[in-house]
This record gives sequence, structure tokens and C-alpha cells, in this order.
Amino acid sequence: MNTSAFSLSPPARDGLGVGLAVGVSGLAFGTTAATAGLSVAQACALSLLCFTGASQFALVGVVAGGGSVMAGATGALLLGARNTLYGLRLADVLGWHGGRRIAAAHGLIDETAAVALAQRGRRDARTGYTVTFASLFLCWNLTTLVGALAADRIGDPAVFGLDAVGPALFLALVWPRLREEGRRSRLVALLGVLIALAATPLVPPGVPVLLAAVAALAGMGGAAGSDGDTPGDREREVRP
Amino acid sequence: MTVWIVILVTGLGCYLMKLAGLAAPRRLLDHPKVRGFAMTVPIALLAALVAIQAVTEDGALVFDLPRVSGLAAAAVALLLRAPFLLVILVAAATAAGLRALGLS
Repeated sequence: MNTSAFSLSPPARDGLGVGLAVGVSGLAFGTTAATAGLSVAQACALSLLCFTGASQFALVGVVAGGGSVMAGATGALLLGARNTLYGLRLADVLGWHGGRRIAAAHGLIDETAAVALAQRGRRDARTGYTVTFASLFLCWNLTTLVGALAADRIGDPAVFGLDAVGPALFLALVWPRLREEGRRSRLVALLGVLIALAATPLVPPGVPVLLAAVAALAGMGGAAGSDGDTPGDREREVRP
Repeated sequence: MTVWIVILVTGLGCYLMKLAGLAAPRRLLDHPKVRGFAMTVPIALLAALVAIQAVTEDGALVFDLPRVSGLAAAAVALLLRAPFLLVILVAAATAAGLRALGLS
């Protein structure tokens, strides 16, 4: 693998791309938080301490709408639950223990999970995870600060097509699994999409994605020895 | 003051939930049902995330032509096996281009 200073390894390149592309959305969070009445320090503390976009937007949204802060916190924590689900999978994929696991846990979000799971082998998964975490954390916190400071001077990110970047990058990251893992994973993905869209008008923002986890149950049942459960698959994933 | 407390509590809660998955007990992770669920659930969550980000806004279904076109262009790029960063660029350029043309 080529990891010289001039050419990054593919997982590092993917991670950096995601980190920078998504990290820019900290601008949107910073401006939203400031508009909702949070101080610059509070906006930055949220990005530093929560570091999970959906939860942060939920909390700020409730505060902005005049809702109780406890309701906001509950919503934010509910949204954070999907990170627990990623963790169940990444525990084996990354295989970190002790202090590294304690530190890595803070970076466990949609983007880092998606990049890590798109890699082959533990080594690339670790690289992808670490690079995404580092670049996204830096970028997200910096742009939160800028957004909160200059809330009234930030233009609409949609002009640059940034609203298409989010869905496109998650699509690109699940793509290899949809292509290689056969019908069952495509069925789970489709079911997840349908559940989330059907739930969207009915439940608060963020909850539809969590509900989509139910689709995974469909992927488990049925034919014995689901895709992910064969000893061969386990072997492949554990090998560095 | 209350806001600060909520920020600290939420931050701690979010971290603990991340850690709970990553540091789940070995026996739980090795349980076949949990294992099967954990293997599959990221696909469901990430696919849902694609749809939510593409066609919803603030809890309502929304069809935004430039954004959806950007995603469609990304899918085409993926079918043509374009590298990851190019896929992202194609999505952004398509959406921005259509908006510049006044479509929305």
C-alpha cells in the first residue's frame, strides 16, 4: 500500500473527502444555533461534546421553537441511539480496546461508521475511521465557530450544491455493500428507505432513521445463515 | 445556566451511547441474533439517511429537483465505477448547475 506523503491510501483519501465535505455543514449548525439564541460558546461546546450532527440540530431546534430544554435533550439522546447500533458492528470491525476505544468512541457517527464499513479488512477500516474522525472533528468544530460568529453573513449552502453532497456520499459509501452482498442487503436498504420516508410526516425529525433499524430485523430472519453470519464472512472481516 | 447543564448532560449522554455499542460485552456481540442484527443494521440506517437527506425537509416530504438530480447523477457515476470523490463532486456540481439555471 502506498502511504507516502504525496499519495494517501484509499481509505485515508475517502475519510479526508468525507471529513471535509461534511465538516462544512458545521457552518449550518453554527448559524442555526446562534439564530436559536445560543451563545457562541454554547454552540461550540455542543459541537465539541456531542459531536453528532442530528442530535445537535434536534436540541437546538427545540430550544429555538421555545420547547423545554429537557424535551430537547431527550430528543437529542434518542437520536444518538443509532450510534450505539453502529458501535455493535464496529466493535468487531475495528477491534480496538482500552484507551483507544475510549477515545475512538467519541467519533462514532454516521460518517465514520460508513467509511469504516466501506473498507476491506481491519487495517483499512481503522485508517478510514481515524482519518474521517480527525478531519471531520476539526472541520465541524471550526465551521461551527465560524457559523455562530457570522450567522447573518453566511449564504445558502444549497447554491453550491452542498445539500446534494450528504445523500450522495452516504449512497457512495453503502454502494459496495449493496453491490456485493446480494439481494438481502438491497432488500434491507429498500425497506429502511420506505420505513424512514413513511415515518417522516408522523414523528419528529431524526426518529425516522432510527425506526429504519427495524428493516435490519427483516434481513436477519428468513433463510438460515444470513449473509453476515457465515463463518467464512467472519474470517474475512477479522483478517487485517 | 440551564442551557449549559443541558449541553453537558447531552454531550455526556451522546458519548456514553457511542461507547455502549463499541464496548458492548463480548458475550452480547457473539450472540448470533445480535450479530446478525449488527451486521445488517448499518445498511438500513445509511440507506434511510440517503432518502431522508434527499427528499425530506423539517419533517415533510419535499421534492427538490436539483438535489434529487444531484443524487441521481451520483448514482450514475457509481454505476460507471467513478472514484468516491468524483461521485461527490458530480452530485454537488449537478445540483449547483441546475440551480444556477434557475431550476428548483
